[in-house]
Amino acid sequence: MEKVLTRNIAPDKGPTDMAAYEANGGYSGLRKAMSGMSPDDCREVVSQSNLRGRGGAGFPTGMKWSFVPMGDKCTPGHKYLVCNADEMEPGTFKDRLLMEYDPHQLIEGMILSAYCIGADVSYIFIRGEYVVAIERLREALAECYAKGYLGENIMGSGYKLDMYVHPSAGRYICGEETALINALEGKRANPRAKPPFPQVSGLWGRPTIVNNVETLCNIPHIIDRGADWFKGLGVGEDAGTKLFGVSGRVKNPGCWELPMGTPVREILENHAGGMQDGLQLKGFLPGGGSTDFLTQDHLDLAMDYNVIGKAGSRMGTGTMIILDDQTCPVGMVLNLIRFFAHESCGFCTPCRDGLPWSRQVLEDIENGRGKVEDLDTLEYQINYIGAIGNTHCALAPGAMEPLQSALKYFREDFERHISGGCCPYHLGAGA
Amino acid sequence: MSDKRIIQTDLSSVLTVEEITEIDHELVHIPYKSGAAIDALKIVQKARGWVSDECLQAIAKHLEMSSEELEGVATFYNLIYRRPVGDKVILFCDSVSCWINGCDDIKQAISNKLGVDYGETTTDNAYTLLPVPCLGACDRAPVMMVGDELVTNLDNEVVETLFASEKSGGKQ
Repeated sequence: MEKVLTRNIAPDKGPTDMAAYEANGGYSGLRKAMSGMSPDDCREVVSQSNLRGRGGAGFPTGMKWSFVPMGDKCTPGHKYLVCNADEMEPGTFKDRLLMEYDPHQLIEGMILSAYCIGADVSYIFIRGEYVVAIERLREALAECYAKGYLGENIMGSGYKLDMYVHPSAGRYICGEETALINALEGKRANPRAKPPFPQVSGLWGRPTIVNNVETLCNIPHIIDRGADWFKGLGVGEDAGTKLFGVSGRVKNPGCWELPMGTPVREILENHAGGMQDGLQLKGFLPGGGSTDFLTQDHLDLAMDYNVIGKAGSRMGTGTMIILDDQTCPVGMVLNLIRFFAHESCGFCTPCRDGLPWSRQVLEDIENGRGKVEDLDTLEYQINYIGAIGNTHCALAPGAMEPLQSALKYFREDFERHISGGCCPYHLGAGA
Repeated sequence: MSDKRIIQTDLSSVLTVEEITEIDHELVHIPYKSGAAIDALKIVQKARGWVSDECLQAIAKHLEMSSEELEGVATFYNLIYRRPVGDKVILFCDSVSCWINGCDDIKQAISNKLGVDYGETTTDNAYTLLPVPCLGACDRAPVMMVGDELVTNLDNEVVETLFASEKSGGKQ
């Protein structure tokens, strides 16, 4: 298979600098756009490519951009492109790789995307813990300014763009795009009510696009090689390649670039090397901590947005977390709910108070103090907190996804905790 | 916050010239002064390790916002420290992939070795232990950060080597 996003990435070689990036065809997409393609032309290619957002929601990128007012329809002032590099979804470790080892690919993608929407200022909003990526991105930005790929009159086209690396001060909720915008404005990162959508009124009240790192890394290749080429990369319904990851107790955990639509089994067995000796697969979260569990019955599904969606989960970030048969499903869900309860921004009651309630019920069950009616309480919470519209943003409904699917697939594990008065996974395992 | 601190008047001397210059540099591409709140907190924390009440008030005054509002911002973010921390902060990942790979036991080993639980600083002021959301290195779980360094594939041996010079027990 042709590597696209990771063609310059070999962690033992170190990061790709400007010279190495250009030697391997880098910035040819930008050169192509700056020497004759209008923003409309570029946006059209991206729309045609069927690229869908790689941050988790899978929203079509071209359509997201189409809501930005262009030309005369836009009031005078700045427009912003923001890269969401706040990778914090539990079990997700793909954007780190892209930024640490090929920072120029992201920057080229951002310049092109900013050009498409007519932005003149762009930010890389990156989590503060990614110190290596922050340093390498800053070095790469300096190289770009020195070569005239950023700043005034980029490549002689008359287009002007400034770009800043903005390290965050923490909190998972900053990954939500309107919370991220509030954080960029120096405020508490509570999500905003929508509408207005950021495309119309985002950063400082101006049109703003927020795209994930991996999404933006696709753009140079799409502009350079065209929509049809990109669509041809996928082996299923969706276009392009994707960074798929596997963590948990498998033989070879890691992150690989594979065609969109690669079957789960192939990722798990051929790339992750299957389960560690003595362990069986019990379930998996297909794309991060806020996706529903799937089981062995779903191993032959293609990792496509709609296919995984129809199976009752979400492809999310495409980085799977594997539950083995000797790890307690109740404990795993408790870990996730504890995370989400801790990361609630506190703005709305169902999330602020509901998630700690769920955590308390799960703690009781895990520690052998659970009652049969606790399962009804959990069902009630799932129905209430999990319904979009009862909460201010998608954090709490996302938190309910692993819980509701664990109750569906592993209900007897919950019941055994309650009837036995202890966690059965901690018996005889010496743990 | 004590009364004495609240009535402190000479705030301009609290921040260094370098800190004020750096904060003002951030203001160049920000339309409102309070928009630099998080940047300013990080700038001040960079040299001092944490943000004291005096610093918080000085920043608020400089950015023409209330110190209560700035406090609301400062306490929202887990990488802004409103209490003194050790020379290095240990950001220990306790999210799901690390949990599956036994991070609870590793955390216990660190706590035993350093004599601190979450939120505490060692007696020699070398380390403060804090939990952190998923560090995005799940293929190398369990992981943590010690200062700016990511430490991966944690086991008892790695912990023992890393903190070999630390005496066991005791906390501030």
